[in-house]
Amino acid sequence: MSTSLQPPRASVPEGVAVAAPLPDIMQPKVARKGFLGYLLRHPTIAFGGFLLLVMFCVAIFAPFLFTKDPTALAPVMRTRDPSAAHWFGTDMLGRDVYSRVLYGTRVSLMVGFGVAFCASVIGLTIGLVSGMVRWADSIIMRVMDGLMSIPSILLAIALMALTRGSVGNVILAITIAEIPRVSRLVRGVVLSLREQPYVDAAIACGTRTPVIIWRHILPNTLAPMTVQATYICASAMITEAILSFIGAGTPPIIPSWGNIMAEGRALWQVKPYIVFFPALFLSITVLAVNLLGDGLRDSLDPRLAKRV
Amino acid sequence: MFAYIIRRCLATIPVMAIVALFVFSLLYIAPGDPAAVIAGDQATPADVERIRASLGLDRPFLVRFGEWVFRIIQGDLGVSIFTNLPVTRMIAQRIEPTLSLMVVTLILAVTIAVPMGVIAAWKSGSWIDRAVMGFAVLGFSVPVFVVGYLLAYWFALELDWFPVQGYTPFERGFGPWISNLVLPAIALGGVYIALIARITRATMLEVLQQDYIRTARAKGANQATMLFVHALKNAAVPIVTVIGIGVALLIGGAVVTESVFAIPGLGRLTVDAILRRDYPVIQGVILMFSFVYVLVNLLIDLSYTLFDPRIRY
Repeated sequence: MSTSLQPPRASVPEGVAVAAPLPDIMQPKVARKGFLGYLLRHPTIAFGGFLLLVMFCVAIFAPFLFTKDPTALAPVMRTRDPSAAHWFGTDMLGRDVYSRVLYGTRVSLMVGFGVAFCASVIGLTIGLVSGMVRWADSIIMRVMDGLMSIPSILLAIALMALTRGSVGNVILAITIAEIPRVSRLVRGVVLSLREQPYVDAAIACGTRTPVIIWRHILPNTLAPMTVQATYICASAMITEAILSFIGAGTPPIIPSWGNIMAEGRALWQVKPYIVFFPALFLSITVLAVNLLGDGLRDSLDPRLAKRV
Repeated sequence: MFAYIIRRCLATIPVMAIVALFVFSLLYIAPGDPAAVIAGDQATPADVERIRASLGLDRPFLVRFGEWVFRIIQGDLGVSIFTNLPVTRMIAQRIEPTLSLMVVTLILAVTIAVPMGVIAAWKSGSWIDRAVMGFAVLGFSVPVFVVGYLLAYWFALELDWFPVQGYTPFERGFGPWISNLVLPAIALGGVYIALIARITRATMLEVLQQDYIRTARAKGANQATMLFVHALKNAAVPIVTVIGIGVALLIGGAVVTESVFAIPGLGRLTVDAILRRDYPVIQGVILMFSFVYVLVNLLIDLSYTLFDPRIRY
């Protein structure tokens, strides 16, 4: 017997039942290719990346976005509420908060990306050495354990206490505070990569260790490293704001979000907007970087994405 | 077991030694010459040299480090440059507000974050799950002081539910004490809640796929019993670990929170010390916080056997 949907094929002998083929209920998914398709599949990357791009544009084109000189004092215009002339109001020295916030984007992005880059490069080097060179491993990891047991903000504060406040020193201090975590991560990845059959094969072929590191180990650490770098970038921006806020960060003359908030602190009960606007910008930028990091993690390491 | 505890305790010694070495180097390479400061403006180079010798500043690095560690073990953290008080006494005066803030935050965060993570894992994929995960991303992104100012503005200035700033000692009664700590604890707890909720959800997702959970379901166990007894107990080790690691966030955040809410604790002491370049105080505070952090994580390591009897040392 056969169903009415499909006539029995000629080769089927009489009396043998043939099931009808299943209808195409589930259409095969057509994944869009290219960059646009990638963004559509990972909306968090698209959204975070877009926000970050906007912030970059703000940082680069700050002088052309209807800003005034962010350091120009105007004692007559002290603590004005937001208005058409001063979109975010003015602070206690009469400086335009809108201009200061926009210029502050430069400091935050510079610190965030500077720290992410420096900490990645140094942490990657230390992690690779520690993971590949057995005798160095125990020494390096003891030192890293020690540094990791100092809360990273305190470590950065302590280093800033030694030096003059400048953007470069802030980047240096936060980088040193972030290195232990990065080298830990890289070392863990290297230790598991070292047991892979292709590394054994390379050793058996007589490949020299530096070549193994360069060709077989390093490329495989880059994916987790990229994800980690975005999180470092986010935490570095927050740390910079905290350092400046408590007066141990960028010098007060440079408009950074932490500095603007520190200056608004005394007046926040009556003029909350001085603190509010830099806080808003900081939160949005950090959120953008975090979303980008989460998206990258999901796209680069699907196994991890299911777990966390 | 006992041998393990001893071994684990001994393992903290090299860690603390590295911390001590770092903290000591801080003073060693700090700008400014204490001998020149003490000698004053009128002193000749010979005077400065004599004072330096009498202070023992001319001896080698390691000798001075050894003596410094020896004094610290005896409980002497040195004298503040600014107030001339012993650093230990200054820390003792300021420790109560910080300890209160951290304990309240810890209790608040754990009681909020763990159920949040459990429910998100139980209803994984639903809007509750997405809301919890969204909250976690926000918690990681909005800095402590931003949350602090927003809370203070709404709940203290506008609604007048809580005091705006300050701290009331515990001996003046529980009510005033806690009302001053609610807003700072929520502000400080944001990141911590996000961290714990995220790891709770991840671990619970794994545990809920285990056979014994299916068995518990099959025998008709109560949902709540299944989630909070069968599953949560088996997910406890990673959660407790992250609670310990997160104490570093609490310590760093306390420094900022105390500035926002004008709480006279160790965080404020640190900030004041930084602004005055009072190195002995900075050293003392960093040493103490690191010691607390190492101690907390040591206790957590040792507590694993309570949650998982399979772990034997």
